[in-house]
Amino acid sequence: MKNDIMINIENVSYEYKSYVDDSIQLAVKDLSLQIRRGEFLAILGHNGSGKSTLAKMMNGMILPTRGEVYVNGINTRDEDKIWDIRSKAGMVFQNPDNQIVATIVEEDVAFGPENLGIPPKEIRKRVDDSLEAVGMSEYKKHAPHLLSGGQKQRVAIAGILAMEPDCIIFDEPTAMLDPSGRKEVMETITKLNKEKNKTIVLITHFMDEAVLADRVMVLNEGENVLMGTPREIFSQVEKLKELGLDVPQVTELAYELRKEGFDIRKDCITIEELVESL
Amino acid sequence: MLKDITIGQYFPGDTLIHKLDPRVKILTSILFIVALFFVKDFYPYIFIFLFIVAVVKTAKLPVKFILKGLKPLMFIIIITFVINLLFTKGEVLFSLGPISITKEGISQSVFMALRLILLIVGTSLLTLTTSPIALTDGIESLLSPFRKIGLPSHELAMMMTIALRFIPTLLEETDKIMKAQMARGADFESGNILNRAKSLVPLLVPLFINAFRRADELATAMEARCYRGGEGRTRLNELKFDRKDTTVLLSMVLFFGFIMSTRYW
Repeated sequence: MKNDIMINIENVSYEYKSYVDDSIQLAVKDLSLQIRRGEFLAILGHNGSGKSTLAKMMNGMILPTRGEVYVNGINTRDEDKIWDIRSKAGMVFQNPDNQIVATIVEEDVAFGPENLGIPPKEIRKRVDDSLEAVGMSEYKKHAPHLLSGGQKQRVAIAGILAMEPDCIIFDEPTAMLDPSGRKEVMETITKLNKEKNKTIVLITHFMDEAVLADRVMVLNEGENVLMGTPREIFSQVEKLKELGLDVPQVTELAYELRKEGFDIRKDCITIEELVESL
Repeated sequence: MLKDITIGQYFPGDTLIHKLDPRVKILTSILFIVALFFVKDFYPYIFIFLFIVAVVKTAKLPVKFILKGLKPLMFIIIITFVINLLFTKGEVLFSLGPISITKEGISQSVFMALRLILLIVGTSLLTLTTSPIALTDGIESLLSPFRKIGLPSHELAMMMTIALRFIPTLLEETDKIMKAQMARGADFESGNILNRAKSLVPLLVPLFINAFRRADELATAMEARCYRGGEGRTRLNELKFDRKDTTVLLSMVLFFGFIMSTRYW
């Protein structure tokens, strides 16, 4: 069933030239990954693990040096269909300030559909629906620079949503936000996945966010080192620490308690589970 | 402190003037300027003055707001007045050494000063009653016929929109960098002009670097949102030229036509 796969990444490598000594560096090494329709996938990895490069290959912002990427069955090398790919696989970036184009919230949300040449009446409907979906309807006439970081990022999400994509790729969307902004954005992302059935690819280095996903992939130096449900991944505390990654606080606590000889489930990832097994 | 700067001096409102199509207002402003320079007597100024009063009243603009706009240009007005007063030849009224004041000089200088004041006030009415977005949309639409001869009207309007969008962001950033540099002992306020200009270097360098980085990220984000220039693009709020706009534009053409014709009476 080919149609069940939203994004198909086949043996992809990405090379770039180092600025320092002109040597060839590999950001992504022979990586294969299938992202299913409606899935919520989190990609974890520390800085320089190749996760942003991988994300940019998922909507044709950059093309792989070797291997192929298919979005909705379309190869990202197909230049004629690049706009189809980008409207189906939307992308939200780290800095909300640098992705908002217009001086009024609703004008900004309309930017994507305007580029796609959608008739004005339909744009109006999409703008209203998208702002509703991220809970920003009451701010539609506001100037973006007066909003908080979390609100700006939600406007940016609405801007992508208005293109009606099947899949949204989030490239560290909460990295520049305060804790309350992070919470707002994560709630919006989970809601889009559960209620609107959007395929979500979340690139992050916050473990607590990865817990919310259906599947987690851990990248290290451009290679897929671990893949599985959050429970499977976070129960391997030693392995994660070896890779220089943290585990969610709850898991960490459970792990330390087990080491001290308490009989606790090995795979606690939420506070409730830990409380229960205590 | 930098946040207090307002760019464009839009005075929001919900009056007939505010709701007019921006294109009508831009064209009227052009007519206004041309007509003003056609005038060669004092009495047509009365009509122009009444026109301005009528617009201000309809748009419910506070008079103080308008007078404030004159303040930064007062210097130019005074210089114009003095030069015209001293250097116009004609019937000498009285003279003081090499300086002589003529009858024509007085009338000419008052005439020029009035022309400048009316020009500034009249054109500021456009920016006072039109939001920056409507203004850019209007300019884009008015310039679009020139696309055939290679004028990038959409790109110009997009540049203006992005500039407007990033002014507050960059001001905020300037403020932040300034504070960071001051915390490390930078001094922006004392010394002569040369020293002060020098002290701006550690402010401008990070600001420029950041601006370039922002531009790069914005371009990537715009491409991810399928931006590919003005071709085939639609708009959320399209400009609509309705009856009210036609009526106003036609009456403006007649009114300013009349003002211009006074020159040939």
